[in-house]
Amino acid sequence: MRLLGLYQSMLRIRLFEELALEAHRNGEFGGYLHASSGQEAVPVGVCANLRKDDRLTSTHRGHGHGLAKGADIHAMMAELYGRETGACMGKGGSMHIADFSVGMLGANGIVAGGLPIAVGAAQGLKLLGSDAVVACFFGDGATNRGPFFEALNWASLYGLRVLFVCEDNGMSAFTYTNATTAGQGVLKRAESLGVPGETVDGNDLIAVDDTARRLIDEVRKTASPRILHARTYRWYGHTSTDAAPYRPKGEAEKARLNDPLPRLAKRLVEEGVNQAMLDQIIFDTRATLNDARDQARSASFPQSADAFNDVQDCGAEARIVS
Amino acid sequence: MITSMSFAQASLKALTEEMERDPTVWVLGEDVRQGGVFGQYNGLYAKFGAERVVDTPIAEATIMGAGLGAALVGTRPVIEMRIADFVLPAMDELVNQIAKIRYMLGGQARASLVVRLPHGMLPGSAAQHSQTIENWFVNVPGLVVMTPATAADLAGMLKAAIRLDDPVLLFEPKALFKQIEDVPDVTTPLMPGKATVRRQGDDVTIVTWSLALRPSLAAADQLAAESISCEVIDLGTLWPWDAEAVARSLKKTGRLLVVQEGVLAGGFGGEVVASMIDRLGTKTLKTARRIGAPRIPVPFSPTLESEILLRPETIAKMLRELVA
Repeated sequence: MRLLGLYQSMLRIRLFEELALEAHRNGEFGGYLHASSGQEAVPVGVCANLRKDDRLTSTHRGHGHGLAKGADIHAMMAELYGRETGACMGKGGSMHIADFSVGMLGANGIVAGGLPIAVGAAQGLKLLGSDAVVACFFGDGATNRGPFFEALNWASLYGLRVLFVCEDNGMSAFTYTNATTAGQGVLKRAESLGVPGETVDGNDLIAVDDTARRLIDEVRKTASPRILHARTYRWYGHTSTDAAPYRPKGEAEKARLNDPLPRLAKRLVEEGVNQAMLDQIIFDTRATLNDARDQARSASFPQSADAFNDVQDCGAEARIVS
Repeated sequence: MITSMSFAQASLKALTEEMERDPTVWVLGEDVRQGGVFGQYNGLYAKFGAERVVDTPIAEATIMGAGLGAALVGTRPVIEMRIADFVLPAMDELVNQIAKIRYMLGGQARASLVVRLPHGMLPGSAAQHSQTIENWFVNVPGLVVMTPATAADLAGMLKAAIRLDDPVLLFEPKALFKQIEDVPDVTTPLMPGKATVRRQGDDVTIVTWSLALRPSLAAADQLAAESISCEVIDLGTLWPWDAEAVARSLKKTGRLLVVQEGVLAGGFGGEVVASMIDRLGTKTLKTARRIGAPRIPVPFSPTLESEILLRPETIAKMLRELVA
């Protein structure tokens, strides 16, 4: 049953982030982790309506985007652990996770970095005669950067098949977005640039799914961009080491009451799915995640010589040997 | 067979041939449909149409970033930045995205694109339209940096750049776009990394590139009249650069002068000198100096701008000091 599959997809993201956060806390790997816990319904609802040859650009908070698009969970976990079996051979880590085999063109350490890339991908696809759509994910914080305005104008101007997806969790790193943003919100900005769209409750998987289906269909048929503005909430801090002291007491706890997973589970039960089935899914998904983590833990690190490949083909500097 | 044509025409011929050969090659940039600022794109729109010759908004970040996106799905964009100074609003897209994507993503992506950057002094253009900053990009792993000094090299390098799967920055001497030179009828791709000895000599090695080649050759002419023989090496590419060719020459002359148009401080000249000391030691490399622009923004008024302009006389003076 389709919605059951989407529930599992969200669960996969939820458990991936929990395991990753725990491993990071325990010092099993370094770097920055930007967990998307709480925001799962947005990528899952959007990707449920994408074809395999549709593309996706992501943000620094990209694990959910990768998993929802179909990236290999073992390769993703191994990438966080910096192993040679990682999706990027250990070269990128959490912030640069990617899987081109499923059209996931990469997480991006630069806020709004994916927007120009997304519209260019759509432009290239058009040149190649494809009707593939590019789903371009970004946060509310990105809507204040230059490339946001440029890219929306660009997609509208050239008639490009881009679905802009704004994951609006209200935060720009450590600061509330509304404290640093003028005007009437992202939808009005998008409209002024020629990109119509809709706001949706980003924690209601069914609403995201329905709206995304409609908008993606429009994008594909009309060869013009749309924006899906999804309101959601980031459970944890900006990074895994940010305890979010800037949040008023109780805000996060209250937001968790709006958890997209139990909301969907409730609907599934109403539709006749029994709890035992849900429990089995939770059990199975946990097992898969534990296995991914165990495999990542025991995978080899890349060889030091690998630091020197994939820079450029001509004239890449020889290793300095003492 | 050879034909006389301008730098702009030579590049247009090379680009046209590539676009005929490969339907995934396309051009994006400001005013390209009208032929571009320097006429480098004349007639291309009429020939190849709206999808392959794209006029963009004045939105440098997205001109650059969209080029990357288009490369990631299998096309080969030629990204026209109008002048090199305008690469600055697109630095994140070039340095953080294009240069690094192949590496960061473990080889899943290739940024197969060319960035065309008309650069250098064009008298009266002032501080924001005159910069020679190709050295900045030598410092960025992942970027190929090509700096043709002749029309024939420009044509060959553009072809090679289009065919390479690595991102190539092509710095084109904008003051020379109208300059007529001999260009072979058949343009073979000129792969990065090979220097050209423009003039053979025994007493001192001049290493130079791009716009600085001409005043260097003029200075060498002056010195020849004084029985001082200068070898002039046109690097052609700054990364990867032909250190071997320079070392070969220095084993003969023992004296090095690097002549560059850009600001001396932090310029590529320092890299050349340090690298040759590394390679050859101070017994073989007896003396090494550099000429470049002072560390001031390029002024407008001609009496001030002349402080920046490379003169054969200045180069000749330093050459005499080197051999004294």
